[in-house]
Amino acid sequence: MLLDGLTILYHRPSGMTHILVTPAPEILAALGDAPADPEELLRRICERFEIEAEDAAEAVAARLAELEAAGLVRRA
Amino acid sequence: MRHRLDLRIGPVTFRIGSDWRAPLAELERLYAPYPEPDGIADFTVRLEAERIWRRWIRPSVGIRGDHNLPDAAPLALRHGLLAAEMAMNLQMALGQRRFLLLHAATVERDGKALLMTGESGAGKSTLAALLGERGWRLMGDEFALVDLDTLALHPFPRMISLKNEAIGLFADAPPERLGPLLQDTPKGRIRHLRPCADAIARMDEPAPPAFILFPRFGRDFERAVRPVGAAEAFVRLTQASTNYIALGERGFEALTGLVAAAPAWGIDYSDTDGALALVEEVSR
Repeated sequence: MLLDGLTILYHRPSGMTHILVTPAPEILAALGDAPADPEELLRRICERFEIEAEDAAEAVAARLAELEAAGLVRRA
Repeated sequence: MRHRLDLRIGPVTFRIGSDWRAPLAELERLYAPYPEPDGIADFTVRLEAERIWRRWIRPSVGIRGDHNLPDAAPLALRHGLLAAEMAMNLQMALGQRRFLLLHAATVERDGKALLMTGESGAGKSTLAALLGERGWRLMGDEFALVDLDTLALHPFPRMISLKNEAIGLFADAPPERLGPLLQDTPKGRIRHLRPCADAIARMDEPAPPAFILFPRFGRDFERAVRPVGAAEAFVRLTQASTNYIALGERGFEALTGLVAAAPAWGIDYSDTDGALALVEEVSR
């Protein structure tokens, strides 16, 4: 659910509500197609938004760690 | 229980039992124009003596019901009406599952409902009560009941609980609409006001939410209005809800739907006339 540019998300397994800002929703969307390892995820994001991997790598890794801590992303 | 009274307020029916006659007699008088309840009570409320002898000696009213809080402190019998109000609120807050319950006041005009919520002391109850005397229909001063399917707000026009300075604003109300003045309660001075006849006659008429207001009161506040984004309104309303988490995804759907449908404003005010003018401004 998009409200004023923020994504409000209800996580069914935990029953928790999360409020996400860019690029977290984009990361979740990129993982929504199929599971991916961090390299594959970075490749998908860079391709989708036409950015260079070296510019995005640090930010994507940091957001991914946050999403994992929030329980929205988990390692296979 | 020795004494019993059934009350229906909007879509909610209470069965109130009491060890004493006095609090129920006051409730009966104030709620006299309300329709007779039918069917099974949603909530049971009990006003009980803390100990058997406390029925007579320094009587103190314990608040009990289907749902209990371990630390709900007893009240003096002379504050029995407040004990009944708090007990009914507690049952709603802990047990309501049919609606998304928001700690908010609601008024309606021309088919559009205005929802007001804020911290204790923000004046939502007083504002709703004043608007209810000035061309708006009072739907409730304490709880807004959001329909989980249609998002409509259902009225819950219980007795308005006027506190401290607000009591003086309604000194001219007809005496039959006023409860006794309760001095030195844990919440200060309290006086109950029965909503207008129109609010009671139309208590089965829901209305779609059209505006959300977050009022703030401060003696030295400049009058101000600012738009509140839907995401901020969402977060603030989750905090104002007693059952958002318990309702799970249905609560999420209802609350996101509500903030998407109704624009929100924050208003700052330092006097009630200023606040009423701001409400008119925002709702135009």
